[in-house]
Amino acid sequence: MSHPRRLGNRKNVKKGFQFTLMVVGASGLGRTTFINTLCDAEVVPKRECDEPEMAHIEEGIKIKPYTVELDEDGVKISLTVVDTPGFGDMIDNEYCFQEILGYLEQQYDDILSEESRIKRNRRFRDNRVHALLYFIAPTGHSLREIDIELMKRLSPRINIIPVIGKSDSLTPGELADFKKRVMEDIAHHKIPIYNFPYDPEEDDDETVEENSELRSLLPFALIGCEEEVTVNGRKVRGRQYPWGVVEVDNPQHCDFVKLRYALLSSHFQDLKEITHDYLYENYRTEKLSRSTDSASDNESGEEDEHSRLKEEQFKKEEGKLKEMEDRVQRELKEKQQELWTKEQQLMSLEAAQVQVQ
Amino acid sequence: MSVDAESTQPILQSYVGFDSITSQIEKKLLKRGFQFNVMVVGQSGLGKSTLINTIFASHLIDSKGRTQPDEPTRQTVEIHSFTETIVERGVKLRLNIVDTPGYGDQVNNENCWEPIIKYIKDQHSSFLRKELTAMRDRFIQDTRIHCCLFFISPTGHSLKPIDIVVLKKLTEVVNVVPVIAKSDSLTIEERIAFKHRIKEEMAFHNIKLYPYESDEDDEQDAALNESIQDLIPFAVVGSEKTIVVDGKPVRGRQNRWGVINVENENHCEFIHLRNFLTRTHLQDLIETTSLIHYESFRSKQLLALKENGQQQQQQQH
Repeated sequence: MSHPRRLGNRKNVKKGFQFTLMVVGASGLGRTTFINTLCDAEVVPKRECDEPEMAHIEEGIKIKPYTVELDEDGVKISLTVVDTPGFGDMIDNEYCFQEILGYLEQQYDDILSEESRIKRNRRFRDNRVHALLYFIAPTGHSLREIDIELMKRLSPRINIIPVIGKSDSLTPGELADFKKRVMEDIAHHKIPIYNFPYDPEEDDDETVEENSELRSLLPFALIGCEEEVTVNGRKVRGRQYPWGVVEVDNPQHCDFVKLRYALLSSHFQDLKEITHDYLYENYRTEKLSRSTDSASDNESGEEDEHSRLKEEQFKKEEGKLKEMEDRVQRELKEKQQELWTKEQQLMSLEAAQVQVQ
Repeated sequence: MSVDAESTQPILQSYVGFDSITSQIEKKLLKRGFQFNVMVVGQSGLGKSTLINTIFASHLIDSKGRTQPDEPTRQTVEIHSFTETIVERGVKLRLNIVDTPGYGDQVNNENCWEPIIKYIKDQHSSFLRKELTAMRDRFIQDTRIHCCLFFISPTGHSLKPIDIVVLKKLTEVVNVVPVIAKSDSLTIEERIAFKHRIKEEMAFHNIKLYPYESDEDDEQDAALNESIQDLIPFAVVGSEKTIVVDGKPVRGRQNRWGVINVENENHCEFIHLRNFLTRTHLQDLIETTSLIHYESFRSKQLLALKENGQQQQQQQH
């Protein structure tokens, strides 16, 4: 099942890799069940049966990371899944977006300040989120306002992969129409989602085929299930209805298997690279130019002060580093000179000896 | 000689024939026709329009969902009223369906219920005004909402905070019948647990749902009402498509893993809802709207008017 060339060199394969995935969607769309289905274990505990008094209380969004060690065909994966319970559940959900954005940017900030240190912490943990699965409700219409808002606001900071939660509530015809409408909506609103990019000129046929197939499945139709049922004598992960059984691992029933493979085998590298080389870089540039801009604009918010100080410190440290480098170079040159002189002396001594003999 | 009518009824010596009053009434009513006003409330995409069309077995209303990318998202709740007359065995039913697109669809849904409550009260208000007019119509056209179908999203968890707020406000002014929409995404176990939670939450918040208990109920009525109350909220599935199952055409949904038969009681509770609304409680819904909700509105209004009038009189003195 694994593609050796995809996974990088052999060292990666042995060492394993780390991947962070965030999952966002209103409650009741199967977000938590999906996480447990993906990891094939109860990573996120089943929601406690709250007291009926709790139903009207608006708790607000929470950000909850869980880390599991997975083994995919011999490859070790340290997977961190960040759940976001409470998203979209309140009467006024304006606040949700900022919470998530704040979390994503916090991880970037941590990397930024770590990079500017002279003595870096070797054990520093990179908590940047590499992909965000956004759960769309299976309405059959088009996107809701909250869907558009979330994807628009978060796409500059993270790879967004839209998925349809509880997709077994749609017939095959309804699902195809719905997928088409959602993608048209996304295109119309110019929302940059992660769409398995490929270059028909540069990439080989296999890559082009694989990526265009995955792209055509967007948004992925998902079903989550942690229980097993028996179908025709074999045990499968599925949901038992009076009219039949929906199988999670059956590609005819939903896109779970394809998405899982993309996330944990074929495309995690691409997602990580885009996060680091593009999304993080953009954030870094924006943030640093904001702080220099604010210095010249004479804006003195506390945050700008802070980033200005950081920038100054950064420059100072850079200066010190340069000094050290120069000194080392000088010393090196001196030593080389000494060595050369000594060599010359040795050579003349040798020559003198030969003459004597 | 005065007779206590209840304890000793006189025995009729021969057939009088006043028992035909029921058919006299029926004849009149058949000529006049009946009016039924139903409102649907719920987020877009929960199958509201489809359910109405399924209940009345005809394509009455279109979905108001957002389907084109250049369609903007609704920023407010709109009230769309649609009237159609349907006929069954000579009985005319003038059906008025009130849809509420935009409800619960925004990022910020604060006060999205207000236009709905206002609309319901406005119908009471307009009826009262017509009643109080000196020269009033013989038959005042009844636009008061007789039934509000409240659509609950099939999350499988519990009611949302917005559901609780809106149910509280709605049940004060109209007969509310909650349904679990698109219930084909819940397994039977999940459905039972979900209903149980919802009932607990509604009991905790003292939300009074139709049918209400009445002193007039006899044993049979009470038993029927109890069984309805047990079922509520109805877990429904709607469909306008016909699929052939065992040689018979039924309304259903066809998936890769099976066929959902809307009319099969083992699949969903559509039949119970349909019978409840049209075959057993249709008349009662109309009557309780008038006798309970309208009366309550009317007495509040008239008391307020009286107080206003008294205050003005006092000021004049």
